[in-house]
Amino acid sequence: MLEMHDAKRVAFIIETPMQNRLTGALEEAGVTGYTILPVLGGSGASGRWSREGQVGRAGGMVQVICIIRPERLEPLLEHTFKLVERHIGVVSVADCQVLRAERF
Amino acid sequence: MAGFFDLALANLGSPLILSFILGVAAALARSELSIPEATAKAMSIYLLFAIGFKGGVSVADHGFDPALAKTLFAGIVLSAGLPFVAYALLNVLTGLDRTNAAAVAGHYGSISIVTFVAGTSVAEANGFIAEGFMVAVAAAMEAPAILSALWLIGRSGSNRMDGTLWREILLNGSIVLLVGAFMIGLLTGKDGLAEIEAFIVTPFKGVLCIFLLDMGLVAGRGIRENRDMIRPGLFAFGILMPVIGSCFGAAAAALIGLSVGGTLLLMVLSASASYIAVPAAMRVAVPEADPGIYLTLSLGITFPFNLTIGLPLYLGVARMISGV
Repeated sequence: MLEMHDAKRVAFIIETPMQNRLTGALEEAGVTGYTILPVLGGSGASGRWSREGQVGRAGGMVQVICIIRPERLEPLLEHTFKLVERHIGVVSVADCQVLRAERF
Repeated sequence: MAGFFDLALANLGSPLILSFILGVAAALARSELSIPEATAKAMSIYLLFAIGFKGGVSVADHGFDPALAKTLFAGIVLSAGLPFVAYALLNVLTGLDRTNAAAVAGHYGSISIVTFVAGTSVAEANGFIAEGFMVAVAAAMEAPAILSALWLIGRSGSNRMDGTLWREILLNGSIVLLVGAFMIGLLTGKDGLAEIEAFIVTPFKGVLCIFLLDMGLVAGRGIRENRDMIRPGLFAFGILMPVIGSCFGAAAAALIGLSVGGTLLLMVLSASASYIAVPAAMRVAVPEADPGIYLTLSLGITFPFNLTIGLPLYLGVARMISGV
């Protein structure tokens, strides 16, 4: 049986123009591993939106996911909250388990 | 007046505008027609490169024009000044709060490069070749309006504008490509154009048709999804502001003594509203402003107006000013 380790999975759904700022803040907070995913569309407090037919980056959204050790969660959220608090988007945290804990 | 209607009818019947109308109609009818994202991106790169390159070749061919500096200066003043006019008009016509009104106003000082490209095409179709340096004027008019918008919001620009945002605005892909292609055209001149003419001249209008079809789909979707938001005051602003902006552009062009084509393009730049550079800057610097309002206005109302009615109107005025 492979050994599993507890970790936190933090997912930011954020406006595309904020992507580089968020990944910069993650790196400043010591998070060097993250994944950026395109988002096709959705609906929320600011109305419906879709990636289809966007002429610029302004209207799009991306999802930035990082998996970190539980003790790093609080400092990471403190570091990134200022950046995302005024913007459209969602920040969610979930428990998860990972193999190879030394990578996180 | 008859001349204007002839121009308007000829414009509405052109493949460019009919392609745009097809896009709007397809989107409003909820058709599944769509242009793949990567294709639209490739077409915009092609159009920007072609228009920038041809502008550079034109400047290389005609030599340095003293009107270049004057027109660049006028463009920067127009871009910085028009948001104040737009803000005042928004206060009269709409009940938008200060933040949203300033954000919308910023869009109307900046420019729509697609309207500029369509304007160039209409000028050429009517036998008027604009000064090649108008491409550089278009690039210079992208950013000043953003500072005016931030000033209107009532906070110092430095609070909201960091170095990263400045770099993103001044070095956004459209500006780099437009200015870069302009410089390549300027350096290589007619010999350079002869080498790539088959690629950047002959297919230009066909590519522009497909691109405008895509823009029509985008504008149509915007109208469909945000129709509840388009109140009469906002709609009136979206139609009136480009006309007012074009008058400022026409006055500046007359003072400088631009050709008919140059006058038309300065009017188009003053009349058009940004939907790429300014929205991205506003999302970063003013996230409280509602993107549904400024994107719907610039892309759903002003862009179609300029393309269908504005261009022949501005061309008619440009010809009248120049007595042609």
